[in-house]
Amino acid sequence: MSITVENISKNFSGFQALDDVNLSFPEGQLTALLGPSGSGKTTLLRIIAGLESSDAGRILFGDEDVSHQHVRDRNVGFVFQHYALFKHMTVKENIAFGLESLPRRQRPPKQEIRQRVEKLLEMIQLPDLANRYPTQLSGGQKQRVALARALATKPRILLLDEPFGALDAKVRKDLRRWLRALHDEFHFTSIFVTHDQEEALELSDQVVVMSQGQVEQVNEPAALYARPESRFVFDFLGHVNVLEGSLKNQKLTQGDAWVSLPSVQGDREAQLYMRPHEVQLARSPSAHARLPLRIESVSLIGSEVRIELQPEGWHSNELWEVGMSHNEFARQAPARGDLWYAVPDIGHLFTDAGSQPRTVDWHYPTTATAHP
Amino acid sequence: MAAKHHRVGDQPWVRRLLIGVTLAITLVMLVIPVIVIFYQALSAGLGAFSENVMDEFTLHAIGLTLFVALLTVPLNLVFGTALAWAVTRFRFPGRKLLITLIDIPFAVSPVVAGLLYLLLYGRNGWVGSWLGEYDIQLMFSWPGIVMVTVFVTCPFVARELIPLMQQQGSEEEEAGVVLGASGWRIFRKITLPNIKWALIYGVILTNARAVGEFGAVSVVSGNVRGQTNTLPLHVELLYQDYNIVGAFASASLLAGIAILTLIAKAFVEWRQSRPEHPAPEKGGV
Repeated sequence: MSITVENISKNFSGFQALDDVNLSFPEGQLTALLGPSGSGKTTLLRIIAGLESSDAGRILFGDEDVSHQHVRDRNVGFVFQHYALFKHMTVKENIAFGLESLPRRQRPPKQEIRQRVEKLLEMIQLPDLANRYPTQLSGGQKQRVALARALATKPRILLLDEPFGALDAKVRKDLRRWLRALHDEFHFTSIFVTHDQEEALELSDQVVVMSQGQVEQVNEPAALYARPESRFVFDFLGHVNVLEGSLKNQKLTQGDAWVSLPSVQGDREAQLYMRPHEVQLARSPSAHARLPLRIESVSLIGSEVRIELQPEGWHSNELWEVGMSHNEFARQAPARGDLWYAVPDIGHLFTDAGSQPRTVDWHYPTTATAHP
Repeated sequence: MAAKHHRVGDQPWVRRLLIGVTLAITLVMLVIPVIVIFYQALSAGLGAFSENVMDEFTLHAIGLTLFVALLTVPLNLVFGTALAWAVTRFRFPGRKLLITLIDIPFAVSPVVAGLLYLLLYGRNGWVGSWLGEYDIQLMFSWPGIVMVTVFVTCPFVARELIPLMQQQGSEEEEAGVVLGASGWRIFRKITLPNIKWALIYGVILTNARAVGEFGAVSVVSGNVRGQTNTLPLHVELLYQDYNIVGAFASASLLAGIAILTLIAKAFVEWRQSRPEHPAPEKGGV
């Protein structure tokens, strides 16, 4: 069942939580609503579920307008951030609750409910804990029970509000993988809210980036990371190195630093954004860029060596960050305090506020184009 | 800097002094009077005690007191729960004001409350005179006693529930409604088990106050022996008749109810503080 969100707005006594949001969630896909706190992502999820009403707009499940349907009748599965398990019921009773709440005519017989609960307990790999109470479970176990409870009534749609937010890193990773596997098996249409970019990119088929009650960008994870369409998305998704300067004669200059931009016309202020993997380090400046930087710190842990650098003779709000393979690191042996030069391979040029960036590729300079 | 820091009260003599003073005050102000009540009640022997308790008017007073409590407690149970639900689950203008208003019965002297009811519902009162045209008399009869008792005791249940329900939030109930449960099912299966002990606690306090209320009741009851005399009023009446043993016999009944209340209260407090479902032993599944 696909979900369509049309012109949804919501105002909480003066605070515009959602501002004319339009989205469509394709059937059978796992979509992430990603954004900082206060971006309206949880409000949108709650409006889709029917736990909150919108001031304007429509929600459609398939072709059916459910805007005025009570949450009780929408048949959605909802997983709460803090699990919201019923403290006074056992795991078994928690999972059976939805089935037992069905009107008498639709309610399956007791025997069938018991079987379905057993099957769900196996699915969440907790068959031995059927008679435990929620307080006797770990965080990860609670979240799995919450998921089984949400799936018991075979909902058309599964909504998850920061499902892994309250768990520690290791459990979170396991549960994430498990949820993805579960989704691939059952193919319900799911939406989950998160503020964790890594989680959103790793888990979802589609990511919706939100900021201040509006949709910033909708894309597949890989495309979103490679081609952010706004400064916000750039800043929000991973680290970015920025050269802010004035553009003149196809050259962006600030202090001692400059980058040549062969295909860019016009003289104005501009910012060049580069991901850590789009930049390399060299002992001397290259023909197309001179970006002197002094090494501030070197972090060896991980599959790549992460080097943080301080601009030398020019200015950047944040430290620059460049990745280097361990092999390369052993050969070059960069040390703290050394002066190096950044050599960009690909950059993204923003000229005026709100506009989309132009991607510049110095290896294939002729392909420098704006995004479609 | 001094080598050793003493917090206030760290010295042994301060500790001993404070504990000693507290114990002495408790003994003189609380324990001895209660003992004296029973001592006085039984001072003329067990026979005189039971004779006084079995007195026609005393029995009627006991009956009326229990009857009033029996009506007051359920009324305030429903009212308190509804009010706590409303102010913790909904957002509406005047919500904060409502939470403040609920404390009026605590802030106002019961005698004043009684007078207000008399002014409103008495024969010459605004509502009372209108009701009088239909031959309905509320004051100086049991409905009036119930009304003021409800007024005086109405904060107890709500006061117990509001902080608890605020702290628990409404996520469990939201989970219930998403799963398709009706409002009544959510209340019965999810809300009620969560607030059960606080509710019982509120009921115990309401009952204790309803049984013991004197000031407001004395204004609206009319003190007619065998008709509108509750147990606390009866104690005073007997005392004014110089029937000291009788007065203390009735008083000992009230003290007995108070002691039972304390025991029940201590039990509920103990249950509330205990985790409902203790964590399983280490090394389990």
